[in-house]
Amino acid sequence: MPTTASAAPAHGLADVTASDSTLRRFLHGLPGVDAVGLEARAASLGTRSIKTTAKAYALDLAISMVDLTTLEGADTPGKVRALGAKAVRPDPTDRTAPATAAVCVYPDMVPAAKEAVAGSDVKVASVATAFPAGRASMAVKLADVREAVTAGADEVDMVIDRGAFLAGNYLKVYDEIVAVREACGTSARLKVIFETGELSTYDNIRRASWLGMLAGADFIKTSTGKVAVNATPANTLLMLEAVRDFRAQTGVQVGVKPAGGIRTAKDAIKFLVLVNETAGEDWLDNHWFRFGASSLLNDLLMQRQKLASGRYSGPDYVTVD
Amino acid sequence: MSDRLSVFKTYKLYVGGKFPRSESGRVYEVTDAKGKWLANAPLSSRKDARDAVVAARKAFGAWSGATAYNRGQILYRIAEMLEGRRDQYVAEVADAEGLAKSKAAAQVDAAIDRWVWYAGWTDKIAQVVGGGNPVAGPFFNLSSPEPTGVVAVLAPRESSLLGLVSVVAPVIATGNTAVVVASEKSPLPALSLGEVLATSDLPGGVVNVLSGRTAEIATPLAAHQDVNAIDLTGADETLAKELEIAAADNLKRVLRPQPVDDADWSAAPGIDRMTAFLETKTVWHPTGALGASGSSY
Repeated sequence: MPTTASAAPAHGLADVTASDSTLRRFLHGLPGVDAVGLEARAASLGTRSIKTTAKAYALDLAISMVDLTTLEGADTPGKVRALGAKAVRPDPTDRTAPATAAVCVYPDMVPAAKEAVAGSDVKVASVATAFPAGRASMAVKLADVREAVTAGADEVDMVIDRGAFLAGNYLKVYDEIVAVREACGTSARLKVIFETGELSTYDNIRRASWLGMLAGADFIKTSTGKVAVNATPANTLLMLEAVRDFRAQTGVQVGVKPAGGIRTAKDAIKFLVLVNETAGEDWLDNHWFRFGASSLLNDLLMQRQKLASGRYSGPDYVTVD
Repeated sequence: MSDRLSVFKTYKLYVGGKFPRSESGRVYEVTDAKGKWLANAPLSSRKDARDAVVAARKAFGAWSGATAYNRGQILYRIAEMLEGRRDQYVAEVADAEGLAKSKAAAQVDAAIDRWVWYAGWTDKIAQVVGGGNPVAGPFFNLSSPEPTGVVAVLAPRESSLLGLVSVVAPVIATGNTAVVVASEKSPLPALSLGEVLATSDLPGGVVNVLSGRTAEIATPLAAHQDVNAIDLTGADETLAKELEIAAADNLKRVLRPQPVDDADWSAAPGIDRMTAFLETKTVWHPTGALGASGSSY
């Protein structure tokens, strides 16, 4: 299985990024998205019935894919520690419950998060590049990234400059991602957030996905969770198609992370069906697919308890974040 | 005049302020006392029960936090709305229980009066079961009743409206929210009551009405970890025992009244059904040393 993308595109698409016009020609030459067909496909995959042992497997897989997130102005080191403890052992009453994939915090909280998950496989992800707006100078964004990486972040979640993207300055966005990729060095994986709710059209989401992957993203991520429209089954399906096609063309596998608005186990399982039916089994692993979420984990745990005991569980039996 | 086509009513559940069909898509035939078909009622599944508990839990904060005065106003409003649709309920109760019109009318009137009675109790129950306690020390010691939480109510099997109101009103009067399992044999008045509740300023989710097989719906409710109490009025002997065992798991409050089927719902209800679903909170507050300042506390 191919591993992460290299900083410089080593695949057959190298000439695409030679100039603004070649990049534009390539991105606008991508096939247009059939919006009705996309939404119908996402909706029909959402009707699959996942029961009993398959459901148990899906719930554990979903738990292991959660990037347990707290991105509030009111975050304290104490809250991050609590979150880290929960990520390592989500259900203290049941030691068979898997750990989550990562905790996701602001850069200044990375040291606290590292300490909280020390000794476990749980990664620390940090948002960066003037999250969530991304409206800052390049120097500030890169300093933000370096601070996170120096503090020990295993993963960096950057936001793209949506203003530049919508204005058609694709090369600017590309260069920015490449620069951030370099700042991450070899130690940190890079997730690129497109904020799909602000990109207006499905065509734009497809273009952004390819742009991000060309620039060397390890993950493409739907949203910050800070705007009205976050991850939807349709835009996630579209991004899954993009990573599938990208691997077919270049041999490089890229991960996908829907974030924001996924609150129930039922929703999470629908996303897993999308992954399996679109990108394939290779992506059914927390190295290649993640959920950016906070309240989702509690619902997954309650469903897990229900499967184990046969009784419906309640919010009194999971931790309050 | 030409014959009109019959307009049949689709009876639906009442959950979270909305009128959904059963998640399972199932219905069952409801007949009158003589076995004549009346309508199809939704045959709820355990997932409907789960959804109803979620709705009831969501409504609990605002409803228990509402002032007792406000709850009283809303309960009285329910009586007003029921009064306005008296004829409909007289017909439904007459069909469901095989009563003559005059007897059915007496049942409906009593049900309306019962809402009024409990409306009056909302801001008085605290004075009856709470208050200051005499303690041997320099403290104010105050007890006040608080609602238990989400209460699963198995409505009486025989009395389809008066019995139903007599078990639901006391639960919500004190600030609990309810998941009601309607009488399996005659659920139609209960399902119609949802329409009255929805137009009475009662927040969605405070009362949720399910119809179907009592045993099928009550079993997951009794075992549900997020249900705080269960009223077994509508369960037969064997089922009640099973449910009581399941309810013990998270220490639910259980009300298992006797007798069940020949209970006289027209009798004065008393306050037992309200106190069954109340918790007592006691607060100690220091007053300072007795006598030190010549205080008379």
